[in-house]
Amino acid sequence: MGLRKLFSFAALAAGIAVSGVAVSGVAGAADTIRIGDINSYKRLPAHTIPYKQGAELAIEQINAAGGVLGKPLELVSRDDQGKPGEAVRYAEELFAKEGVVMISGSLFSHVGLALAAYADQKKRLYLAAEPLADAIVWEKGNRYTFRLRPSTYMQVAMLAEAAAESDAKRWATIAPNYAYGKDAVAAFKKILKARKPDVEFVGEQWPALFKIDAAAESQALEAAKPDGIFNVTFGSDLTKLVREGTLRELFEGRTVLGLLTGEPEYLDPLGAEAPKGWIVTGYPWYEIDTPEHDSFLSAYQAKFDDYPRIGSLVGYNAMLSIAAALERAGSTDTEALVDAFKGLNLDSPVGPITYRAIDHQSTMGAFVGVTDVRDGKGVMVDWSYRDGAAYLPSDEEVRKLRPAGGS
Amino acid sequence: MSVYLVQFLSGLASASALFLAASGLSIIFGVTRVVNFAHGSFYMLGAFFGYTFVREVGGGGIGFWFALLLAALAVGLVGLVVELVILRRLYKAPELFQLIATFGVILIVQDVALWAWGAEDLLGPRAPGLTGIVRIFGTPMPVYDLALIAAGPLVLAALWLLFNRTRWGILVRAATEDREMVAALGVNQSLLFTGVFVLGSMLAGLGGAIQLPKGGADLLMDFGILAEMFVVVVVGGMGSILGAFLAAVLISLLNTFGILVWPDGTLVLMFILMAVILVVRPTGLLGRPETAGHKAEAGFETALRPAGPHYKLFIAAVLALLLVLPVLVGEFYLILVIDILVLALFATSLHFLMSTGGLVSFGHAAFYGGGAYAAALLVTYAATPFELALLLAPLGAGLLALVIGWFCVRLSGVYFAMLTLAFAQVAWSIVFQWSDVTNGDDGLLGIWPSAWASGTLVFYFLALVIAVGGIFLIRRVIFAPFGYGLRATRDSTLRAAAIGIDIKRQQLVAFVFAGAMAGLAGALFVFSKGSVFPDEMSIPRSFDALLMVLLGGVESLSGPFVGAAAFTYLHDELITFEYWRLLLGLTIVALVLLFPQGLAGAAKHYLGRYLKLEAEPTGAAVTKREVREA
Repeated sequence: MGLRKLFSFAALAAGIAVSGVAVSGVAGAADTIRIGDINSYKRLPAHTIPYKQGAELAIEQINAAGGVLGKPLELVSRDDQGKPGEAVRYAEELFAKEGVVMISGSLFSHVGLALAAYADQKKRLYLAAEPLADAIVWEKGNRYTFRLRPSTYMQVAMLAEAAAESDAKRWATIAPNYAYGKDAVAAFKKILKARKPDVEFVGEQWPALFKIDAAAESQALEAAKPDGIFNVTFGSDLTKLVREGTLRELFEGRTVLGLLTGEPEYLDPLGAEAPKGWIVTGYPWYEIDTPEHDSFLSAYQAKFDDYPRIGSLVGYNAMLSIAAALERAGSTDTEALVDAFKGLNLDSPVGPITYRAIDHQSTMGAFVGVTDVRDGKGVMVDWSYRDGAAYLPSDEEVRKLRPAGGS
Repeated sequence: MSVYLVQFLSGLASASALFLAASGLSIIFGVTRVVNFAHGSFYMLGAFFGYTFVREVGGGGIGFWFALLLAALAVGLVGLVVELVILRRLYKAPELFQLIATFGVILIVQDVALWAWGAEDLLGPRAPGLTGIVRIFGTPMPVYDLALIAAGPLVLAALWLLFNRTRWGILVRAATEDREMVAALGVNQSLLFTGVFVLGSMLAGLGGAIQLPKGGADLLMDFGILAEMFVVVVVGGMGSILGAFLAAVLISLLNTFGILVWPDGTLVLMFILMAVILVVRPTGLLGRPETAGHKAEAGFETALRPAGPHYKLFIAAVLALLLVLPVLVGEFYLILVIDILVLALFATSLHFLMSTGGLVSFGHAAFYGGGAYAAALLVTYAATPFELALLLAPLGAGLLALVIGWFCVRLSGVYFAMLTLAFAQVAWSIVFQWSDVTNGDDGLLGIWPSAWASGTLVFYFLALVIAVGGIFLIRRVIFAPFGYGLRATRDSTLRAAAIGIDIKRQQLVAFVFAGAMAGLAGALFVFSKGSVFPDEMSIPRSFDALLMVLLGGVESLSGPFVGAAAFTYLHDELITFEYWRLLLGLTIVALVLLFPQGLAGAAKHYLGRYLKLEAEPTGAAVTKREVREA
């Protein structure tokens, strides 16, 4: 036994030496501002590839307009494989090896939370672009973490408003059996109960993520005889639930709410079988008729020959936010950037956004509408844009949620 | 009442697709002893092929079913290629080694499917003529479910005819019973193996295609179905088709009715069932105990020996290199080497179980994650200082190993492996669901070392001392009387028992020790990353460890270290490519084909002739082969 180690180590050492040389070459090239990007590009590509395209479009436009602080922006991407431990390692790598000034990205909440904890410990800036977990800005909020996308709480609050306005009294919920699902259902119950104290919650179903037994879950929901159903499932779970539920007449005569169901990522795969009449949060890119969004849409379609998903919009806004913060800070220093992000205002394709100083949550909103099928495709109709600022708890509550040190 | 009847029928319907896929796995294992991790990928490919063929040819009612059969054939072809190109070369390698080859296939298929069918989920086509519902006492029931309910028993009957009424089937059954005897009778084994593998793949493909009208095709299907398939095969009894059918029905019914009573239990119900069945009936419902020629553990040809002079020299050189490493490389590479050290300790603890104990665990991450969680929980709730938490974590993991091991050591071979998998899954789901304490999959955050150790450099040396110390301790145990005793239980239970070794106790102690060492690695992990999530206890984590051990080589003591280094380094180098999974998969397959004894094993084989890597055999340390010959 033995010299084998020498060989692998010789190989390892050689690799290290070679990459080391490459690194020192890179570090010398300080004529761009590098942004680290960490996302689950292979775990949920349907969501993350549009995100990256949106980010690339923004970078291209920013650089065409002369860059930031006189330098072009550059995105350095890593695939975290949906694993928090890997994400933290790549964060280390991006700062140590690639010389990035901050990191952004991530879709899964637990990856976002791991990166937020890392940012806090190492005093490095992290913009959580896509993860929805409320804890990122509240319970686990810290000085170095900001979040762009409207959180679970905000999107649930928008739907709970619609639920309170409906006649439904008996509610059943179905959500994937993990933190996002649990948070969403808990927030839904809390907000709806506060708005309409006489509602009843008659059933809860918790299918394992992407392993739903849709026939059985539909039956179980049916057995609870609810007036309204709050759905948090998405992806292949949603497909199966819609199929079985529709066949088994689960949705007939009931108010159905779908969290994120209107996002193209989840609605489009359903094609002509998309549910009709669900009240959902989503992104009706095909109907938004504002000059800001039009220019985003046409630039996106021209560059990628594809339509934007919600991920594209978030990726685009994330890079706009970073550019705005860099301009405001006037430097790439982390502490200056953190201060610049607090209360940062910028214009996005969906309207103005503010990064709240109180909890580092942006006020980017979401679209709420009703699903329908048009030309064999699921769409949102009767929609309206809800500004995120209106769906956050009071400042007093937020202060209670956020740890004392995490200003 | 009608609700329960419909629920019952729904359960039967979902049992069918599961049975098809699982029966293929069971047949393949029964004959070739290959634990085919890529079976989930075949299932996924079946769904994708089915989707494409239904669009191309499946117009009418007949076209649809024809397209499903075509999909099964296409997957059979893929299986043929995998068998001919990869597995056929590996039947002579240590058993279970094919497992990493199939792992490489998973990665390859994932990227090829992404490239071929795109990222978006595909909506499965409906079966023409079967899109409606029937009412059963007023409760609606999809017609296609009835077709599915019929499909399961139909395939079961067809398989029964194939295996009982055709010459080929009889040969396959004979090979399941006794491979050597069938070979001795002049039957062409490779042909038989190829045929069986193709048949199994086709069944998986059919299973994937037939569920299309219930859902669709997506890129997460492969891992989604994998655990469930293994549970079905193990509960039914490995190699038993009727058993697989019964188990599929049992598990599907348990799931459908389980969610009525215990909606929260979706993650864990079937694993609890598997654990209970294996504890009560160690070979599954209809399985037979493994016969002597059929041991699923890695077969060992030579005994392990203490290090020889050259090897010691070499170890010293490596240690010296590690000690001066901070001067040579930048901060990030120190972090990378910390990761390697942690994984090396983790893999070495598993390797100890596998090589010295002959106990292949599929759930070793339970203890790695267990140690990580023990440390994190101590810090979070008891404000335990970092140093104490690091010490207590292996104790916590060892305690967990004691509980799990007490059940598991009653079994052996693949059944032992599957029971460890079941318990690991139960442990994982407890951590995942008990969010009041463990914070669920939001994980425990902010678990950092004390101020003195928080710098990368200090933590590097700390990790170096602990990981290397742990590895040396494990090595020491291997060459202690306890280790020799453990090896005796691995090589011959009869003789070990005859000389007075309490086999189960010996194995249990080994299990607890390996668990504690994995826990120590986990504790190092949590302090290096600052957070821990249930992922660290999950099935893929266990597979990672297995992959590292096998990649390095089961038969050599430094295998896990080499495996961990190779695995981490490859991963890190390839990740910047868009299709890194494809590259990693191809690399793994290539390594497996080139070095069937693992990387370290190959080095030992080629260099051992020229260098004194092992101590000279003493009178006591004769090889197993010599014993056999004697």
